[in-house]
Amino acid sequence: MSLLDIRDLAVSYGGRPAVRGISFRVEPKEVVALVGESGSGKSTTAHAVMGLLPPGGTVDGGRILLGDADLTSWSSRRMESVRGTRIGLVPQDPANSLNPVKTIGAQIGEVFRLHGRGDRRTIRRRVVELLARVGLSDPETRARQYPHELSGGMRQRVLIAIAIALEPQLIIADEPTSALDVTVQRRILDLIDDLRAEFGTAVLLVTHDLGVAAARSDRLVVMKDGLVEEEGPTSAVIADPRAGYTARLLDDAPALSARDFRTAEPGGRGPAVVVRDLVKEFRTGRRPFRAVDGVSFEVAAGTTHALVGESGSGKTTTARTVARFAEPTSGTVEIPGAGPGRLFRRHVQLVYQNPYGSLDPRQSIAEIVEEPLRNFRLGDRAARRTRVTELLERVALPRDVAGRRPRELSGGQRQRVAIARALAAGPEVLVLDEAVSALDVTVQAQILDLLERLQRDLGLTYLFISHDLAVVRQISHTISVMSEGRIVESGTTRQVFTDPCHPYTRELLAAIPEPVR
Amino acid sequence: MARYLLRRAGQAAFVLWAAFTVAYVLLQLLPGDSILIKFQNPELGLSPRQIEEIRAYYDGGASPLESYATTLLGFLRGGFGYSIDTGTPVVERLAEALPATAVLAGSGFLLAVLIAVVIAFAAGHSRTSWVRDALLAVPSLFVSVPVFWLGILLIQVFSFRLGLVPVIGGSALQQLVLPVLTLAVPIAAPIAQVLARSVDRVQAQAFVPVVAAKGASRWWILWRHVARNAALPALTVAGVTFGELIAGSVVTETVFGRNGIGRLTEQAVNAQDTPVMLAVVVLAAAVFVLVNLAVDVLFPVLDPRLRAVTG
Repeated sequence: MSLLDIRDLAVSYGGRPAVRGISFRVEPKEVVALVGESGSGKSTTAHAVMGLLPPGGTVDGGRILLGDADLTSWSSRRMESVRGTRIGLVPQDPANSLNPVKTIGAQIGEVFRLHGRGDRRTIRRRVVELLARVGLSDPETRARQYPHELSGGMRQRVLIAIAIALEPQLIIADEPTSALDVTVQRRILDLIDDLRAEFGTAVLLVTHDLGVAAARSDRLVVMKDGLVEEEGPTSAVIADPRAGYTARLLDDAPALSARDFRTAEPGGRGPAVVVRDLVKEFRTGRRPFRAVDGVSFEVAAGTTHALVGESGSGKTTTARTVARFAEPTSGTVEIPGAGPGRLFRRHVQLVYQNPYGSLDPRQSIAEIVEEPLRNFRLGDRAARRTRVTELLERVALPRDVAGRRPRELSGGQRQRVAIARALAAGPEVLVLDEAVSALDVTVQAQILDLLERLQRDLGLTYLFISHDLAVVRQISHTISVMSEGRIVESGTTRQVFTDPCHPYTRELLAAIPEPVR
Repeated sequence: MARYLLRRAGQAAFVLWAAFTVAYVLLQLLPGDSILIKFQNPELGLSPRQIEEIRAYYDGGASPLESYATTLLGFLRGGFGYSIDTGTPVVERLAEALPATAVLAGSGFLLAVLIAVVIAFAAGHSRTSWVRDALLAVPSLFVSVPVFWLGILLIQVFSFRLGLVPVIGGSALQQLVLPVLTLAVPIAAPIAQVLARSVDRVQAQAFVPVVAAKGASRWWILWRHVARNAALPALTVAGVTFGELIAGSVVTETVFGRNGIGRLTEQAVNAQDTPVMLAVVVLAAAVFVLVNLAVDVLFPVLDPRLRAVTG
């Protein structure tokens, strides 16, 4: 008998179908990866298994069998006895998944209290054991701390401790590492693997990252638009995908593509950005915090330079200083040809990670793209309208999006709008801050193609900020690897990827999840 | 933490001084004065010259700045001067009125918080949308009810129609019920509104499904996890609305014929009894400042994230 058997499951939100009749099984001790892009229904499926659909979500049909019990027929009271004891959850977003006003110890201990396992003293002892088991140093202190005193990786370990506390037969891991740095991601995935071996727990791994799924699962279930596209043993699916969609996912996944490195043609136009000994300090409490500590690099005109690093490495602060959204504490940023004051913005533009947050929801797309032209008083009304049409065409958006609002567009389309707006005033340098990080792989691949084409056609210079080495490998000519405010290694993309000198770079590269094809 | 407290205490002292000064200046600028009101009565048969003499006796011929300084020093020493209306020390009159108002305002506030919590959490727990909407409409209804009208309505219904609470006589508790209810309803409204919205916001946070995944019931989540997180914004509002208690007690005490600070204020205003009015303003400001100081101190206790910032 399978541990989890899902048969013809259908789920909808207020009449809108999200999962449209899917079936798959999870055997005991097995890792099944549920892979798909946003809107594929993978997270909805996971939530339905726990009986924790968000408000408005209903199971319309099908059965969810845990062992021989049909969970779809169970009352919510009865489901409470299953959660935590037989199914554990490792959530997506460690930053917000713990109650900020309760101690770590109280939140782990709660699982035991809810199910009446042990008295106060036993619970305290078990909590400390669990914290040590998930690899946290000084577990007694950790138990007394609050979530905000722990890093993202440490919080995810706490959440894993909660999930395994009562040794459930099944753990549902919903994008467990998507919000984490690659090196932390690797350690967390290793931990889940270890625990699975130790307790014999089966894992339903929900992820958008085919690299993670391929490296860590026994079987793959590929979902698209609420349906299962393909299912099978992981190695077989990766080696020989039968569904066209799986093949496309594999092609678009940057970690898996074996493209050539980009190389800059020699004898270019000289540097477009020169950064020398850049230092940026922030005042926090008594002693200043040095976010950027003596950073120097040059970007040749018409090329892409990538700043790579994990969170807290100082890459975004560097980018903001280059784009003059922050004043350097010391050091210089030279951008030849850029005007003073507001004119600087005609030369240097910024594209953010979150295209939805950076577009005014009340403006139409045409108004958003036109705004820089109005601010700089470029052209009359008719000329501006022509320019907007031309810009939308350049970023390959259909003509009819002009009259729509940001919320009517998909994530990829919104990022195209943000790029069109950045291009409006005719800049020569674009600072792209995690500009493709929030996008699904197929969309990400399209935006990267667009950026390459725009660079060729318009001779743009990119400063590309990213935590994602696979993306960086594809788009950039040269790279600076940052760690703790300093550049630890820099060179051409080929050098850094094929012959990394610094141990930190090696660690980063080794952490990229990549299956053997 | 000590530095934080010291800074807050300094701010509180400044607010008190400012409240005193503004009230003092405004009361001096008022047209007409208490001496005219008290001695112009034809039955006393005083001539305008005699009234001038009385005025000079009260002023002591001091310049405006001097009398400001004297009054301020008096307040700092805890002496609020003498009531012009009755001639008794203001401190005595306040001391007489304060206990009744403290009981009224304190119970009114507690009842308001209770009403707010019941409304907000019942709405947060309810999964039936019309029940929820109905509960959330209650605060808006409360806010739009004038205190004097509510007071009269309550007397009409409970005392005259139903005869549940005697209008005159009755025990201290019986006399307290209707005024407390009158006072609590409009104060409960803003607290309930903010608390309900805050409960909603917290319930949408990512940690809530994680607690549910441990096997917690909806009540468990609401009481042990959502409540403390949701309390913070409501606490600020509760502190601010505490000031309204004093305004509310003026009307409530008048409508129900109770003695207290509110009644004292009403009498002092009618008689333009400046020292009493000034003392009431400063007392109200002091209560307001202390309550908000308490709220500020309570914040880091409830939310550990604020401890680092304030330490």
